[in-house]
Amino acid sequence: MATRQTATIARWMRLPSILVLLVWMIVPLALTVYFSFRYYNLLNPAAGGWAGFENYQYFLTDPAFWQAIRNTLAIVLGVLAITVVLGIAIAMLIDQPIYGQGVVRILVISPFFVMPPVAALVWKNMILHPGYGVAADIAKFLGLQPVDWFASYPLFSIIVIVAWQWLPFATLILLTSLQSLDSEQKEAAEMDGAGFVSRFWHLTLPHMARAITIVILIQTIFLLGVYAEILVTTNGGPGYASTNLPFLIYRAARLSNDVGGAAAGGIVAVVLANLVAIVLMRVIGKNLD
Amino acid sequence: MTKLTLMLGASALAFAAVANAQAITIATVNNSDMIRMQGLTSEFSAAHPDITVNWVTLEENILRERVTTDIATGGGQYDILTIGNYEVPIWGKQGWLVPLEFDAAYEVDDMLPAIRGGLTVDGKLYAAPFYGESAFLMYRTDLFEKAGLTMPAEPTWEFIGDAARKITDRSAGINGICLRGKAGWGENMALIGSLANSFGARWFDEKWTPQFDQPEWKASLQFYADLMKDAGPQGASSNGFNENLTLFQQGKCGIWIDATSAGSSVSNKDSTVADKVAYTIFPNKEGVDNHGNWLWSWNLAIPTSSKNAEAAKTFITWATDKAYTELVAAKEGWVNVPPGTRTSLYENQNYLEAGGFADETKAAMDAADITKPTVQPVPYTGGQFVAIPEFQSIGTTVGQLFSAVLAGQSSVDDALAQAQSVTEREMRRAGY
Repeated sequence: MATRQTATIARWMRLPSILVLLVWMIVPLALTVYFSFRYYNLLNPAAGGWAGFENYQYFLTDPAFWQAIRNTLAIVLGVLAITVVLGIAIAMLIDQPIYGQGVVRILVISPFFVMPPVAALVWKNMILHPGYGVAADIAKFLGLQPVDWFASYPLFSIIVIVAWQWLPFATLILLTSLQSLDSEQKEAAEMDGAGFVSRFWHLTLPHMARAITIVILIQTIFLLGVYAEILVTTNGGPGYASTNLPFLIYRAARLSNDVGGAAAGGIVAVVLANLVAIVLMRVIGKNLD
Repeated sequence: MTKLTLMLGASALAFAAVANAQAITIATVNNSDMIRMQGLTSEFSAAHPDITVNWVTLEENILRERVTTDIATGGGQYDILTIGNYEVPIWGKQGWLVPLEFDAAYEVDDMLPAIRGGLTVDGKLYAAPFYGESAFLMYRTDLFEKAGLTMPAEPTWEFIGDAARKITDRSAGINGICLRGKAGWGENMALIGSLANSFGARWFDEKWTPQFDQPEWKASLQFYADLMKDAGPQGASSNGFNENLTLFQQGKCGIWIDATSAGSSVSNKDSTVADKVAYTIFPNKEGVDNHGNWLWSWNLAIPTSSKNAEAAKTFITWATDKAYTELVAAKEGWVNVPPGTRTSLYENQNYLEAGGFADETKAAMDAADITKPTVQPVPYTGGQFVAIPEFQSIGTTVGQLFSAVLAGQSSVDDALAQAQSVTEREMRRAGY
């Protein structure tokens, strides 16, 4: 009896926060949907009224649209590949008992605390710049011609920057997972004569599967929305070479002042994010059970 | 009882004082001339103690986004906007700006005609210019001498092309020419747009059909791309005004064609080549009578959503009249006064002696005619830009495509074909 009563009270207590969350989510989404069917250009107050699907048609036939989708996926997959592989490697390295372990771990984690625009500016002006950058100095030292990274390999450069930012996150999650691996199991495997490779493959990796899944899921959510790094470094160029979906929406909203078109783009991005989420859950979500 | 009356009286007085003191909010760009204006706020307050001034100082693109959103939605956050001569005619026509009428002491007729024309819609002035600029050519006299070249009074692009290639000495780190390559309607498209004007190209024909498929554009872009490949600096596709300024100051450019406001920076103490710089007019293609028509001004305007328009006008009058110029000159020297808005400044002996670029600046500004940007007939006004609301987006997209040519990621023909289809699309969407 008491339990049923508590359950009812708990349900009522939960209600306010659920309502707040609902409003928090529904209002912006509903407004975006509403605007996506309207003609609404900030600089052209004469245009107005219902647009039907014209905003969607316009956004989907943008010459940069398919490239933007490809770039968005390339950024997500590229960064995931780098952060997961290097994350596992670094996690295994700093899991060893070494002198100054605490300091090393803090250093490894620190890039995560740098704001994206700041990180992008540092990479742009101090590391990858063909004139003053460290990369150019190294190239000159080796007798090579310095590379103008953001002009020649724009998407690759952005993937590197974003991966640098997210590597600490992956490392941190994977490290905690490694630490929960029972050392007796490791010893047992060693005594049974398992080499490093087979220990890694049959013991460490399966143990980390759940952590890797979490890294992939959480990072994907954020990587679909990478924007600041692009704005600061390449501005989506040269051409459309580094324009992703959020950047395309930014262009519609802020350069064309086309609120209707940008709202339609926002809805397209929501659909895409859900598609990616469904696929991900199907493919790797079973690790979480 | 008396106490109560006193208290009531006091609070009524306090209210009256609050009602009298007007607060105005000014949105402005973080350029050095505006920062200087902000620094002189106390001078304004001393003369007008009843007006409180609040500043919102932002980077150019962010300012543009904020201000556009505010004015388009009637937000009324700002009482004075700092906007370019691109926005003024468009917003003036929309009825978003308060027309300005100054009294005789302000001497409106002293304003440079080209600048004033760009801020006037149907005979009404919608903004007051704070500073203005055109474009000219800066070059290194020592490098020209070494190569045995003499700069003609009105150089053609053909001459500049040859000269830049001759001066280039990459082993010594000297590039023949530095031009903007960073994508943006106010960055590379300002330069390429002016260059195209001086090649006889136009953005649109009289029926608003984009013209990138015409031979004039092909000639312009091909010339620009070839020249930058042969004689331009490395990584030119990410060089804007500031990057080129640094390169020129460090002695790494033989020729630099850019805004006249660069004149004070290449000839001051930050420049290692200050004593070896000379200036001349923006080049043109042989046989085309057009020097690019680059004209830009930063202006102060009052949105109709402002509730303190009178106080705002008082500030604008203070910041843009002749007395302000003298105030800056007294405090910071004549080189630092905001240039390019008034004829009288270019007749002022103190200013002419302060920098060697005043005559060339004035000549460039007088030559710019935004009502006739190119030799062919066009339905728009503008110079390095086209004064329609859609240009910001079109210019930036086309700028990206042209920047990709410099970066070696696209060919001239591909870039032009894409620019044509993108512009056609935008114009169709906008209902032209």
